[in-house]
Amino acid sequence: MDFELSDEQTLLKDSVDRFVQENYSPEARLKLTETDLGFSRDHWKTMAELGWLGMPFSEEVGGFGGSPVDTMIMMESMGRGLVLEPFFSTVILGGALVAEAGSEAQVEEIIPTLIEGNLMLAFAYAETQSRFNLNDVETTATKSGDGYVLSGHKIVVYHGDTADKIIVSARTGGESRDEAGISLFVVDRDADGVDIRGYKTVDGQRAADIRFENVKVGANALLGTEGEAFPIIDKVVDRAIAALCAEAVGAMTAANEITNEYLKTRKQFGIPIGKFQVLQHRMVDMYMEAEQSKSMSDMAAMKLCFDDVVEARKAVSATKAQVGKAAKFVGQQAVQLHGGMGMTDEYSIGHYFKRLSTLEMLFGNTDYHLNRFSAAS
Amino acid sequence: MDLSFSDEDLAFKAEVREFLETKLPEDVRSYYSRGMHVPKELQVRWQKILHEQGWMAPAWPVEYGGTGWTVTQRYIAAQEFGTMGAPTPMPFGVSMVGPVIYTFGSQEQKDYYLPRILNSEDWWCQGYSEPGSGSDLASLQTKAVRDGDDYIVNGQKIWTSYAQHANMIFCLVRTDSNAKAQEGISFLLIDMNTPGITIKPIYGIDKENTLNEVFFDDVRVPVKNRVGEENKGWTYAKFLLGNERSTIARVAQSKRRVNKLKEIAKTERVDGGLLADDKDFMRKLAQIEVDLMALEYTELRMLSQEAAGKRFTAEPSLLKIKGTEIQQRLTELLVESLGMYGAPYEAMGDYEGRNDTAPGPDYANGPMAEHLYLRAATIYGGTNEIQRNIISKMVLGL
Repeated sequence: MDFELSDEQTLLKDSVDRFVQENYSPEARLKLTETDLGFSRDHWKTMAELGWLGMPFSEEVGGFGGSPVDTMIMMESMGRGLVLEPFFSTVILGGALVAEAGSEAQVEEIIPTLIEGNLMLAFAYAETQSRFNLNDVETTATKSGDGYVLSGHKIVVYHGDTADKIIVSARTGGESRDEAGISLFVVDRDADGVDIRGYKTVDGQRAADIRFENVKVGANALLGTEGEAFPIIDKVVDRAIAALCAEAVGAMTAANEITNEYLKTRKQFGIPIGKFQVLQHRMVDMYMEAEQSKSMSDMAAMKLCFDDVVEARKAVSATKAQVGKAAKFVGQQAVQLHGGMGMTDEYSIGHYFKRLSTLEMLFGNTDYHLNRFSAAS
Repeated sequence: MDLSFSDEDLAFKAEVREFLETKLPEDVRSYYSRGMHVPKELQVRWQKILHEQGWMAPAWPVEYGGTGWTVTQRYIAAQEFGTMGAPTPMPFGVSMVGPVIYTFGSQEQKDYYLPRILNSEDWWCQGYSEPGSGSDLASLQTKAVRDGDDYIVNGQKIWTSYAQHANMIFCLVRTDSNAKAQEGISFLLIDMNTPGITIKPIYGIDKENTLNEVFFDDVRVPVKNRVGEENKGWTYAKFLLGNERSTIARVAQSKRRVNKLKEIAKTERVDGGLLADDKDFMRKLAQIEVDLMALEYTELRMLSQEAAGKRFTAEPSLLKIKGTEIQQRLTELLVESLGMYGAPYEAMGDYEGRNDTAPGPDYANGPMAEHLYLRAATIYGGTNEIQRNIISKMVLGL
């Protein structure tokens, strides 16, 4: 049992840290958020060249066979700079669903192109009635000839308007909240009947509501076995949640560093405000929340390496509950300790607060995961 | 990064489990797992069994009697002790003064005191706080004046846990009144049977006598009983407090309380069902469980970093703050779980057989004692507010 990085992992961390340092000054990031794309294709190319897009995929398809620990390392470093490129949507979510559920032919078709940086994915799962429940699926896929016809409405699909292909969860059988009867489909963004309405999200990223109106897809659009996608979604999403928690740890660490520095430099009543005990104790509480979140994020990444579904669920939900609570606290208090400066768009701390707030919510907020943890224990 | 246990680790776990199953006396287990104070005679009996096994002081260097366990093995042992309801040795000797002696003491002190800690011949208590010196410990006034080969000690200590059982006390005393507060303190080892020492009991909110006042009236202490240099005692005192903080998380004990709560929730009835079906109650428990996991893995991460060569300043204070908050929340919830039987309470000394004949269900006997006693947890070892001051200064540089 140990928590130390191997030499290779240290190199990986240094490499992502360097990328963030060189490309993600608060000003540079703010500019990117104001573009139509919402991120940089040049950065995406760099990520492909550095091999990052292939990190979790097997060596047979051109990946590096990285573990959840490697994902954690990358996401944490990206979180420090609030990186905008769709690494999470494409690699951790979409790519993993294809790799886990897809046939050999589907994997061959999608993953190598993705690793080269020439294919982006998004995962459309949430619906207006579902909130965070992954098996509350009312989008339907009806058999028609050799293929299927998809109908339904998916909401807040992160990077849904920039992805080349959308992975959609749809019901091929069962009742609306059954785990059985859910299937996964790969749909081209420009297929007939796909209506994508993209918009900005509060955290500086982009998402989309996507309507599927009698969208015809071939049998080869089905990922895996019909009606049996839920366990795969569950597994991939647990890994994805751990990745988001790592991102939050990186963002909290950075927000704390920025705030701590501000306390040392900002003067009121003739002395640095960090000399006031009430602010010192607040800062210590923020530090402790971030440290404990880091411990949980490391733990979740390591537990995911064991491939034990129940243990993974407990570890991931406990981690999301801790990280969610911490993300809200650190984000809000970081703004508070900055006073008026914390309220400005120009200064970086508000951007950390906003991303930390959505990270608390994505794939289930603190309440949701506390209940899920309780049910699994 | 790896959380898996090796075959050697698993074998070790089995060894610890078997030892506890066969050697832990039932009366010791019963007192301890209820959350009651283990009487001295039982505690010493158990410590002698631990010593015989060579497990009295796992964290000590092997040359002084430590076990040489890896970080993982220490974790496993702590978990097994917690699960089985086995008390760890009293901290005052093994965790507090022991490390000070083997780190800063003379060869003679090491040779004499360390074996006596290991075989439980000495029961130590801690002479730190004074009536006027609580969180501001360095302002302490108990004086030691040199007279030939002795110091003559005059003054008073307070909040001295288990002083009534102790035959030895380690004391911070002022040896230079003109120096800055921190620079005139020395660290003395004092025999409690020396003439001039008086102990006065303090009864706590739990109606028990764990705390005491200790008075020193012209007490002669040989100079050879001073640890390290004169006027350098503050350094040793801080070293000791640092060790204390890192052993104070008590994760395994809290886990046992979580399990106990789950058992109680499966028995207690509410609204025609079980407490275990009460969403509000179970939600509170789940939140504590998550916080406890966060504490557990933070402790493990720190142990791992330490094993890899990292030197901490005040980071372990986090373990003290979070560990004691969790202990209090758990014992509060334990009392809450009892409903009306949360009210009956009598001190152990009030009648014979307190350990097994209290009113209400068997599991109701203990939680209130623990709940009351552990209100001190956020006060002792440096209040949690002081711990935050220390982190702020040492870690955050504020």
